[in-house]
Amino acid sequence: MALRFGEKTVLDGVNLEVWPGERLVVMGQSGSGKSTLLRLILGILIPTAGEVRLSGRKLSGLSRRQLNEIRQRVGMVYQYSALISSLSVRDNLALPLEELTRKKRDEIDQLIGEKLESVGMSGAETKLPSELSGGMRKRVSLARALMNEPELVLYDEPSAGLDPVISTVIDELIISTSERTRAASVIVTHEMESAFRVATRMAMLYQGKIILDGKPEEFKESKDPVVAQFIAGSTEGPIGEGIEDERKAEDNPRGRRGRRRRE
Amino acid sequence: MLGALGHKLRVFLARVSSIVWLLGDMVAEVGDSLARGRAPVRRAIFFQQTDRAGLGSVPLVAMVSFFLGLTMALLTGYQLRPFGQERLVPGLITIAFWRELGPLMTSVIIAARIGASYTAELGTMTVAEEVEAIEAMGLGPLRFLVAPRLAALVCLMPPLVVVSNVAALIGTFLICTFQLNIGWNYFIDLVYESLILKDVLLGIVKSVAFGGLVAVIACFEGLTVKGGAAGVGSATTRSVVTTITTVIGVDTFLNMMQVGVLPD
Repeated sequence: MALRFGEKTVLDGVNLEVWPGERLVVMGQSGSGKSTLLRLILGILIPTAGEVRLSGRKLSGLSRRQLNEIRQRVGMVYQYSALISSLSVRDNLALPLEELTRKKRDEIDQLIGEKLESVGMSGAETKLPSELSGGMRKRVSLARALMNEPELVLYDEPSAGLDPVISTVIDELIISTSERTRAASVIVTHEMESAFRVATRMAMLYQGKIILDGKPEEFKESKDPVVAQFIAGSTEGPIGEGIEDERKAEDNPRGRRGRRRRE
Repeated sequence: MLGALGHKLRVFLARVSSIVWLLGDMVAEVGDSLARGRAPVRRAIFFQQTDRAGLGSVPLVAMVSFFLGLTMALLTGYQLRPFGQERLVPGLITIAFWRELGPLMTSVIIAARIGASYTAELGTMTVAEEVEAIEAMGLGPLRFLVAPRLAALVCLMPPLVVVSNVAALIGTFLICTFQLNIGWNYFIDLVYESLILKDVLLGIVKSVAFGGLVAVIACFEGLTVKGGAAGVGSATTRSVVTTITTVIGVDTFLNMMQVGVLPD
């Protein structure tokens, strides 16, 4: 699969498969196209070349209704939770069931109770997202993603912005959810500790390509300079060129604005 | 110069076509929902929006129209009095408001009060990925977010325009009574004399069209926000400017059509 925005190539020949019960962690630098990959899986973006298949069914060429049916089999946990701020926790969780199924209110409320309990958020039904902490919002977001019993759960930076303890809680939740539901999981992150904790398989995205796809142990033992540098979090190595560019841009914000204006 | 003008025209046409696509997609999503045996819009959101846009706007619409009616009556009365024609004032204000100023003033107020809040709300939701989350759940975000807002404004604009017209006439009546010596019965006779069905219908058609325009443009601006909080701010400003300009432009077009197609 490839994706280009005008002249810019975001993904270039990415080929990944994920199976039930598997937890695939996709790693890479900020802006390397990890979150874009999740949007391609959801059919929100369309690849320039290649295709996305869910249970063997091609997403490209589907009608809106067919695509929406496919999306109901996928759950997505967003980096900043993306709970609908005007709705209570209960209404956020009820939304997919009320809109897409014929379930009665009692049945929906029972399911909401079960899902909230599974993420350790029992009793939060009446709260608004603004009344919850970052970790709580993420747990509610996971509960919402699980409401339709998805076959595939996508996580966009699940530990971002959380303290180490809450981050571990979320990671354990991802593992227990995956083991309980046997749903396939794709987790996008650049936080190494979290990545090694949850992954059953890993893939490293660099310059639009998957440069390594394998077990976590293979990553730890990898001699690939990019993989080794990324895992170590070192500034020395092939990834350094990008860092230098960022540093220069940060040191010279005027130049950055000037460039943008001329563009 | 010509190149810049051409670029602006291309951008304008691209935006118009995007708004038409948005409307088309919204209709398709509503159609999908009806095909599944569901309501065309989510009732709770529709009633929430009607409450906010309708009841919440009544005091402002009534107050602005009352003062406008009062001022217009005062100024026209002052001009007509030397000619002994002050009895024309109630009819003049009635025609002006039912045909033109009622729908126009109400739309401008709604664009500033409700259109801006639609853009800011949807813009914030777009930035916070809430809109994408709705899409990712397999729900139509346009049916969920745009359709109830559009339906609320289309349904509520005619009653709001009636409120505006009545408030303007109350203002006019006060000036007629205390400044122009026109009594209540005579005032009512003059209003009825000047009020014709065509003007009333045209006012209603305009109010529905303007309500739809304000809702669609405001929602479009909100859903296409880019660049975080600053983007929401500039989209809100753009939304108010665009809706007011478009409403005035469409009003002019409708008036020209009316004069050409349905002359008195």
